[in-house]
Amino acid sequence: MALAVNDLKVWYRTLRGDVKALDGVTFEVADGEIMGIAGESGCGKTTLGKALIRLDTRMKHVGGTVVLDDDELPLADDAAMRRYRYREVSLIPQYAMSAMNPTRKIGRMIRDLLAAHNVRYAEVLPELERRLKLVGLETDVLKRYPIELSGGMKQRVVLVLSTLLNPSLLIGDEVTSALDVSSQKAVARALVEFRDHGFVKSMIVITHDISVLFQVADTILVMYAGHLAEKAPAKTIINAPLHPYTKMLIGALPKVGDRYEEQQLEGIEGRPPSLLEPPAGCRFRDRCPLVHDKCAEAPPFREVAEGHHVACWAVS
Amino acid sequence: MLTLHELDKVYRTGTFGTSDLHAVRQVSLDVRRGEVVSLIGESGSGKSTIGKMVLHLLSSTGGTITFDGRDVTKLGFRARRDYYRKVQGVFQDPFSSFNPIYKVDRTFETLRRSYFPRVASGEWREKLDGALAAVTLEPDDILGKYPHQLSGGQLQRLLIARALLLDIELLVADEIISMLDASTRIDVLNLLGELKGRGLGILFVTHDLSLGNYVSDRVVILYKGRVVERGDTTAVFDDPLHPYTRDLLASVPHLDRTWEEVEAEEAERTRRLAGRCLYHEDITAQGRSLGDEAESVDGVPNGLGLVEHAPGHFVGCFRKAAEEDCPAGPAVKP
Repeated sequence: MALAVNDLKVWYRTLRGDVKALDGVTFEVADGEIMGIAGESGCGKTTLGKALIRLDTRMKHVGGTVVLDDDELPLADDAAMRRYRYREVSLIPQYAMSAMNPTRKIGRMIRDLLAAHNVRYAEVLPELERRLKLVGLETDVLKRYPIELSGGMKQRVVLVLSTLLNPSLLIGDEVTSALDVSSQKAVARALVEFRDHGFVKSMIVITHDISVLFQVADTILVMYAGHLAEKAPAKTIINAPLHPYTKMLIGALPKVGDRYEEQQLEGIEGRPPSLLEPPAGCRFRDRCPLVHDKCAEAPPFREVAEGHHVACWAVS
Repeated sequence: MLTLHELDKVYRTGTFGTSDLHAVRQVSLDVRRGEVVSLIGESGSGKSTIGKMVLHLLSSTGGTITFDGRDVTKLGFRARRDYYRKVQGVFQDPFSSFNPIYKVDRTFETLRRSYFPRVASGEWREKLDGALAAVTLEPDDILGKYPHQLSGGQLQRLLIARALLLDIELLVADEIISMLDASTRIDVLNLLGELKGRGLGILFVTHDLSLGNYVSDRVVILYKGRVVERGDTTAVFDDPLHPYTRDLLASVPHLDRTWEEVEAEEAERTRRLAGRCLYHEDITAQGRSLGDEAESVDGVPNGLGLVEHAPGHFVGCFRKAAEEDCPAGPAVKP
């Protein structure tokens, strides 16, 4: 088991109280698994990714454990976490490609980054060049400035750079968003290839675009308002979802070929609850068509079939 | 209703405007009443530039934009005001379309001040409620709130309601759903479908093919500022002809098929069309010679050349760039 997260709670401290962005999540990611996390904005998916690598000053580790390769990650201890960052867990944050230093050539930037982790650039250069070629980039991108590369190229550079030390876990936050469809496909393909080559053992891909996850992920985890809703193999989530939220979310996505005149799709009424004072029980119950009395109590995230976990009372 | 004829846009770039960027080349298309036309293209294809030129936010370099028989490319201040009664736009980011300091009501108040100064308060409120009802918003949930208290989908629908207050005939919707969550996205799309039913013409600018396909009657595929293919939505999506359209459709992440499956289908079509250029074949079949149509303007084939391959399905020369040979071979090269 590459990663085991148990009852993890990470809250944001604000002047008006704690925002319970991640409120008790439990899941596992197997060796070689690409797990996708899907959910609407504010569901806690980015918080989950960030929590596994570095808590910023507003974030508070309230409870729960994270075990990576039989080693418990010291989440709350910023200094102790340093040993794991980049070498064991690597994160591609949102908008990473736009955060490259515009005054440095790509090669120089990578050299600086490696120096910060006490790795010699010259030692990894052959491997770096090999991997750049693997994702379809010429090695002379190292001599170029970020402004000279397209979005898709920059995102692939970021991917190569963040996996250079073969981390056990790679977290990619919206790595395929804001790209044209052809670059999106190239980046998504590169993710799968890196896993196949064993550059990273397992991967968490965070995105709001479920159709991309269907293409690259082995399993998909659906989150709603800081809780887990459902986790299952990618095909099952798309074709036979069980949680009412997943059903409605998948139902709201037009497939290529769906037409307004022929078949009208429906959105989900209402908004997610505020996470400042979230209601007890199931957090989806205000928007759920299957709501009943039992929903006042939070449903457990339990396995209903092999590899298929759901948190809903209506699912037997 | 709206007709673009050989529309051109050249941006001056470089330090002293020393170099030119040809963003839109010879684009011709039309939007009829009660119809959604999607402009689909990747970044840099000129799709937003076209939308902005229609809205008169950018001036055009060549060609004409005709609205109800009147050329609107060069309008004065007063004429433009009347034009905006009929044509309005909604843009990508709903949060930056509102001033966060003021309540959302102000958006409607400014509209009232400039277009309906003589309408009484009671009557105005009625009109407002009607427009909000049309976009399925409850006035009590919306009015008196600040933009940050509303969701992206609500704000986007508010902006559409604002446009509806003017009895518009054409709406330019520039990437209006790309920033919205999947669950609210579809509501805005359905709203566009409903407005279309009421006789509104909609120019829907998007990079997302599955969304473009869902509501639109016709699609226009843009590549590097030129139209490479256009036609009825079903015709273009079921039988994409131009190599660029085929590449684009093969790259879309589908929900029911994997990329490998789509590529297998596409390989079949590519085999069938290999070494051919339907544009040149049709031109030759019609007995026309390759004249102006085959010319290129600084590196990209002239956008003029489109032939009607099947009824209502137009396609341009299969070359993607001028330096590239047309797949049909040297016999038909200009």
